[in-house]
Amino acid sequence: MIAAFHVTPTFYLVLAAALFSIGAIGLLVRRNVLVMFMCIELMLNAVNLTFVAFAKALNDIGGQVLVFFTLVVAAAEVAVGLAIIVAIFRRRREATADDLRVLEG
Amino acid sequence: MTVVLFFLFAALTIGGALGVVLARNPVHCALFLVLTLVSVAVLFLLQDAQLVAAVQIIVYAGAIVVLFLFVIMLLGVDRPDTLEEPLRFQRPVAFSLGAIVLAEVLFLAGHRWATGAHTARGVGIKGGPFGSNIERVARVLFTTFLWPFQITAALLVIAVVGSVVLARRSGERPEPLPIDDAPAEEDAR
Repeated sequence: MIAAFHVTPTFYLVLAAALFSIGAIGLLVRRNVLVMFMCIELMLNAVNLTFVAFAKALNDIGGQVLVFFTLVVAAAEVAVGLAIIVAIFRRRREATADDLRVLEG
Repeated sequence: MTVVLFFLFAALTIGGALGVVLARNPVHCALFLVLTLVSVAVLFLLQDAQLVAAVQIIVYAGAIVVLFLFVIMLLGVDRPDTLEEPLRFQRPVAFSLGAIVLAEVLFLAGHRWATGAHTARGVGIKGGPFGSNIERVARVLFTTFLWPFQITAALLVIAVVGSVVLARRSGERPEPLPIDDAPAEEDAR
């Protein structure tokens, strides 16, 4: 009975949608900037999962290649973001998003 | 077998993601993130993306999460975080926006025009004279996507320079090393 049941690409797309939404809600709900960054990573992973699912569904390796570009962007984003967090921490001892309202242009 | 593996690791992925959102300690959040990333890597393997799965483990679970943990330990924020919300309407608005995002993406995922197209040309993930998964990825990455690939190099250089500039203590000279009685200690040992 299980053998007759196939995992279609839609399963992966639905899973990626759930992962993306959890990341988005976490980004909006959490106030610690580090955890907000981890939620952004969750959202990027959901997009990667979608790319790979479409690569399999459409039989095109281009989807898997695009994952590498997402990875590069994620790495660059984390490097710059964590540098910003370290710079904020040097001035204030907290890293919640509410504390950043004291920023002036 | 594939079905069982899919549902097992899909559950682990969702569980890890919920852990990232709900755990109060940032270190626990990072460890739940590792769980999610490894589960997603297994899901990549289930879809014939071996190279992407390996890179996922090496770069994400290896480098990025270690960077997160490094900053957490460096800054000493590994104490529990309050989940209370000072803004009154922030949380219901957040959940409704998340529900809207979920509905939109599910709408896109469930429709034929999003999933039913067939690629006209290009390198497939199986079949044809193109060799293994890594050879296929390399062939497309260094031919069709050569220009974006070069641009990512520029992006990485800019990110590295930017993070060094941001994290440096601006306007401070490093203190000179104490030069007296350093050799004496050396001799005493």
